[in-house]
Amino acid sequence: MKEQFTPKIVGFLCNWCSYAGADLAGSAKLEILPSLTVIRVMCSSRIDPNLVLTTLLLGADGILIAGCHPGDCHYEKGNYYARRRFALLKKVIKTLKIEPERLQLSWVSASEGKRYAEVVNQFTEKIKKLGPNPIQTNPYL
Amino acid sequence: MKRIGVFICHCGINIKGTIDVEKLTEELAEYPGVAYIENYIFMCSEPGQKLIRDTIVEHKLDGVVVAACSPTLHETTFQDALDEMNINRHQLEIANIREQCSWVHDDIEEATRKANLIIKTAVEKLKLNESLIPISAPLTKRVLIIGGGIAGIQAALDIADGGYEVILVEKEPSIGGHMIQLSETFPTLDCSQCIMTPKMVAVNKHKNIKLFANSEVESIEGFVGNFKVNIKRKPQYVDPDKCTICDDCTPVCPVVVPSEYDEGMSWRKAIYIPFPQSIPATFTIDTENCLGFNPIACTKCSDACEPDAIDYDKKPEYFEEEIGAVIVATGFDLYPVENMAEYGYGKYPDVLDGLQFERILSATGPTGGEMHRPSDGKVPKEIVFIQCSGSRDPERHLPYCSRICCMYTIKHAKLYKHKVHDGQPYIFYIDIRSGGKRYEEFVQQAVSEDGIVYFRGKVARIYKEADKMIVHGIDTLTSKKIEIKADMVVLAMGIKPNNSAEKVISNLKLNTDENGFLIEAHPKLRPVESLQSGFYLAGTAQGPKDIPDTVSQASAAAAKVLALLSNDEISHSPIVAIVNEELCSGCGICVSTCPYGARELDEIKKIATVNDVLCEGCGACISVCPSSAAQQKNLTDEQILNMVKIYSYL
Repeated sequence: MKEQFTPKIVGFLCNWCSYAGADLAGSAKLEILPSLTVIRVMCSSRIDPNLVLTTLLLGADGILIAGCHPGDCHYEKGNYYARRRFALLKKVIKTLKIEPERLQLSWVSASEGKRYAEVVNQFTEKIKKLGPNPIQTNPYL
Repeated sequence: MKRIGVFICHCGINIKGTIDVEKLTEELAEYPGVAYIENYIFMCSEPGQKLIRDTIVEHKLDGVVVAACSPTLHETTFQDALDEMNINRHQLEIANIREQCSWVHDDIEEATRKANLIIKTAVEKLKLNESLIPISAPLTKRVLIIGGGIAGIQAALDIADGGYEVILVEKEPSIGGHMIQLSETFPTLDCSQCIMTPKMVAVNKHKNIKLFANSEVESIEGFVGNFKVNIKRKPQYVDPDKCTICDDCTPVCPVVVPSEYDEGMSWRKAIYIPFPQSIPATFTIDTENCLGFNPIACTKCSDACEPDAIDYDKKPEYFEEEIGAVIVATGFDLYPVENMAEYGYGKYPDVLDGLQFERILSATGPTGGEMHRPSDGKVPKEIVFIQCSGSRDPERHLPYCSRICCMYTIKHAKLYKHKVHDGQPYIFYIDIRSGGKRYEEFVQQAVSEDGIVYFRGKVARIYKEADKMIVHGIDTLTSKKIEIKADMVVLAMGIKPNNSAEKVISNLKLNTDENGFLIEAHPKLRPVESLQSGFYLAGTAQGPKDIPDTVSQASAAAAKVLALLSNDEISHSPIVAIVNEELCSGCGICVSTCPYGARELDEIKKIATVNDVLCEGCGACISVCPSSAAQQKNLTDEQILNMVKIYSYL
């Protein structure tokens, strides 16, 4: 059963660093696992905790938020907001009995195409091991 | 509901090779909202765009999704096509199925499935897109140029000649950069200073150029057309208006330090003028070495100064200037030669780097242009040049080719031979890269006329025996060991981004590549623009290049800036925050979150407001709003959720 599990992963990428990094991975023709699909936002700080929770409750198996490295934010401090919010969010989803590992925050710069491919592939493998989001089998959640 | 047309591009085989476009077209034809769907070999071509324009009329479309390459490449192309048909450009969405799908996946089924999802999300987002009009903002017709080397100088002169005011900031006491240190330039062998100093003087005299030497850019705020820059002018301690450049101060100064201009091969005093042609032509006191900051210790120069130009208590000055665009021309430094311990640099005084050898060759250098080696002043009869010192060595040093070292080494060997007719230059090389105009002819001429001997291979080690350096290497073409008893060794060091530029660049939030060079908006088609609008790149800050390429790039950046400044006002992206007044409670969290001061509280209505011109559209205020009153235009929570739903329900 678990062998055939193809996870559904949502990637929120910031426009300036991570989306450009993802494009660079494409230009370099790097091999990336196809489970993650991208939603482009201007900044990682745009990601509202509500959005993350709703995404999980809708059944996504994993969520990757990727932004500029600390200090490199196009909007000065957006990634710091994202980082702090993310730390709290992990605690919140634990109380929902959803594994906090389903949520990942990574820094990927515009020049790190290779890193983007590695981050996505490792995260996908991790979610594959975790299996489907428990929301799908637990009606009380 | 909107009538949306979906246009899937094959991009030759780039997309079609991995994605089954016919199947995709069939699958999406029935998707709610899709009024028309088509695929075509090259959407960006004129026939492709005509197809879109014709279909808009024929099928009465009011929104278009183009499934093709990354939006950074052709978003504006297709937006312009919509403009032509009088449809608002924000009714276009790009589904990135090339860079983020067909190019990174091999499996046709998987890639097609994923492309399907990507296109559906674009359709979902587009359904709720509003038609927006760009916000117009004033445009300050002044330009900041950071770096006063040849790139900054060229760009400054071009823009100033175009009639706009330029603020040129140079960190050193004089403009000129590394080019003013060079002896002669390849492939024409014209004297570097002779071609450089007229330009430096022109900068000084130009009524449109305001020069800040010995200054640094502290911060830049704002957006394209409306930046504010803070400049710190470090104290020079010598009042340029009073100083008559009589040079009575340097003979009395008791402090002697190695000269930066001569790359440490001559001496200067703690009060000094960097070189005779310095612009601005003023003496400077070197804070680190001068004793005069302790008045008991020394006041010799001040005592000797008749016009009383010296003031040890001078403090840094701060200036705020308004500008519309920025050219970054922060230049290069040599790769630290200390990293090449195996070649004996620092241990043997006659092992030099390329810039030091330039100074020995230069008429204004420590030897007055005569060929003497630093250790004992002897004329070197056998000299070894080692190319790719620190370059093209991904394991230990710089991974890239520094582009100029092949040419400057052959120039060095040639100039050496012109000075020492019975001398013998040897060059160790990996490849000879002489790709510029007349470069190959220059190399061939040097080999045939000047008797320069090339060995293909690397040098293993260098050690000293009596007053000779024994250079051990291998010629890989003949597989023979080479041993040369050299009088002097010159390391053709590679180049890296300027040491002090890193701080400035990170302050400006400009993207750099893994080697620290600035990233251009597109490697081929937008080589002098940064992705950050309003920032332009020139010279070696963007990548290794020689003088002709640097000057070309500087003029290109100037042309881009001139085009920008020829507008009367600037248009600002309308993708900004908006407040639902019914929902806003006026808590003010957004006000403290906004990095740009674009959010303010309306004291009368007791709600938060958005200053459209200042808003950069990051969305930080939207995610902190506890009542969801704040939204980002065309990227609302509802739009993101609709997109998420596509991915989550499978």
